[in-house]
Amino acid sequence: MSLTLSIARHELRRLFVSPLAWTLLAVSQLLTGILFAMSLTDLSLNPQRIGAYDGVSAIVGGGLFRFATVVLLLVVPLLTMRVFAEERKTGNIELLLSAPASLTAVVLGKFVGLMGYLTLLFALIAIMPLSLAFATPLDMGLLASGLIGLWLVMAAFCALGLFLSSLTREPTLAAVATLGALMLLWLFYAVSTMDWQPVVLGTALPLGEAARALSLIGHHDALLRGVFSSADLLYFLIFTLCFLALTVVRLDMDRH
Amino acid sequence: MESDLKLSAQGLVRDYAGRRAVNDIDIRLAGGEVLGLLGPNGAGKTTTLRMLAGTLAPSAGRILLAGHDMARAPRQAKRHLGYLPERPPVYDELTVDEYLAFCARLRGVERAKRGAAIERAKADCGLEDTGKRLIGNLSKGYQQRVGIAQAIVHRPDVLILDEPTAGLDPNQLRGIRELVGRLAESHSVIVSSHILSEIQAVAHRVMILHRGRVVLDEALADADAGNGVIDIGLRAGPDRATLAALAGVDAVEDLGDGRWRITATPGRDIRGSLAETAVHNGWHLVELTAHTPDLESRFADLTRSEHDTVAETS
Repeated sequence: MSLTLSIARHELRRLFVSPLAWTLLAVSQLLTGILFAMSLTDLSLNPQRIGAYDGVSAIVGGGLFRFATVVLLLVVPLLTMRVFAEERKTGNIELLLSAPASLTAVVLGKFVGLMGYLTLLFALIAIMPLSLAFATPLDMGLLASGLIGLWLVMAAFCALGLFLSSLTREPTLAAVATLGALMLLWLFYAVSTMDWQPVVLGTALPLGEAARALSLIGHHDALLRGVFSSADLLYFLIFTLCFLALTVVRLDMDRH
Repeated sequence: MESDLKLSAQGLVRDYAGRRAVNDIDIRLAGGEVLGLLGPNGAGKTTTLRMLAGTLAPSAGRILLAGHDMARAPRQAKRHLGYLPERPPVYDELTVDEYLAFCARLRGVERAKRGAAIERAKADCGLEDTGKRLIGNLSKGYQQRVGIAQAIVHRPDVLILDEPTAGLDPNQLRGIRELVGRLAESHSVIVSSHILSEIQAVAHRVMILHRGRVVLDEALADADAGNGVIDIGLRAGPDRATLAALAGVDAVEDLGDGRWRITATPGRDIRGSLAETAVHNGWHLVELTAHTPDLESRFADLTRSEHDTVAETS
């Protein structure tokens, strides 16, 4: 446990002494900030959009969190590529492998370190809609559900990125693969929104339903709409744990 | 005896995709011993050391480190191990102090002892003045020292150094050699190199690897004493039979012009008695040269002959 924390602290320290981490924070803050300001401006110019069901929380908060997911799509690959792919390239992974730490502790440490960084990013994004509480009543339940969703998406992206990073020794390759995989998850969701039910052997296959059930974004969407169900929570938990476990297995294969 | 061994490996085998990189290697390392692992590039040195360090699983064979099995209890075994890989595993963006603090935590040095352990490792490696500097800004030699400091910060029983002197200038080279010598006082050390003189300078025992096999494993003192060859010049010399009859002489070769090459019986130093006999008999001694023990030519023979046969067959 203490080893995991040591590795996490080390990862965080390395992130924060590198310009990459600060630049990523700045860029994502700039992008989400602009979107936040734009949706506020839009709302103040067209107040009629606030209806019986969609309030400020849903329009501004929901929109912001959706956009934050897109930003994460770009940020997470750049973070995870450094972890195993780059360490393998520089040979620094030998340090971790020869240390009296289990591979699980190593992978968890890296994950916790990255999540520490992403949580800071998360907090900076969360402050924006929450700051509206000074001006207007907010639906805190809806925002909380959306924020939990955003954090879970971060964890899932991060786990997937770590796994893809452990597959290769080229950081750029890891980044591209992660970006591609995350984009695919996105596309998967698009399938679920299509009304497409191909008929095979006389049976209509519920492809849309299946895609929705499997798609990461689909589960996030439910949380953004304020529907907090344990099924969505479990989906993210299983997704994250699966890829972390696969990372451990992949690193162990390295030794063989 | 078994319990005195800090490290013992039996029957180590490692295959890479059908190619056998290491074939049936046994290594035994006693406390306070320095073992030099020597071999041409690609002989399997790094593979062997990585297996000993637990970063590579052997295809067959067993490794015991301070009594712990590397396969069954890797965490206990690795506690007794310090490892410097071929490339020092340092993070350019950290300072020396930050880096060593992380390594100490990683190696399980208790919080209370951590500061002292880091100071000691730095003092041992001559890094006292570089604690606040970024590793990326240090020279190659100093980065290498940081790599060694990382390996000794937790005072392991066994220290594995993979080519610690590669790519250093002569001054840095001497510094690292002295450092390894000092470390040998309190650790068992395995050093690898493809340069014989590096091994001769620091090791007590040498193990020559070639194409994944051990082709020589003996104490350096023995290797030095063996096969004493003496060139002697006698202006009024006797004939071959007289020389060959002298005590301790194995073989005599006539080099012409009154010079002889005498091979001594292994394990005996006959230079003194030879000179005395020559003076006593009035042979007019003009030259007496002992050849330096020729580990180098043996190294060349052991590692070349097989290479050539392979080159012919392939």
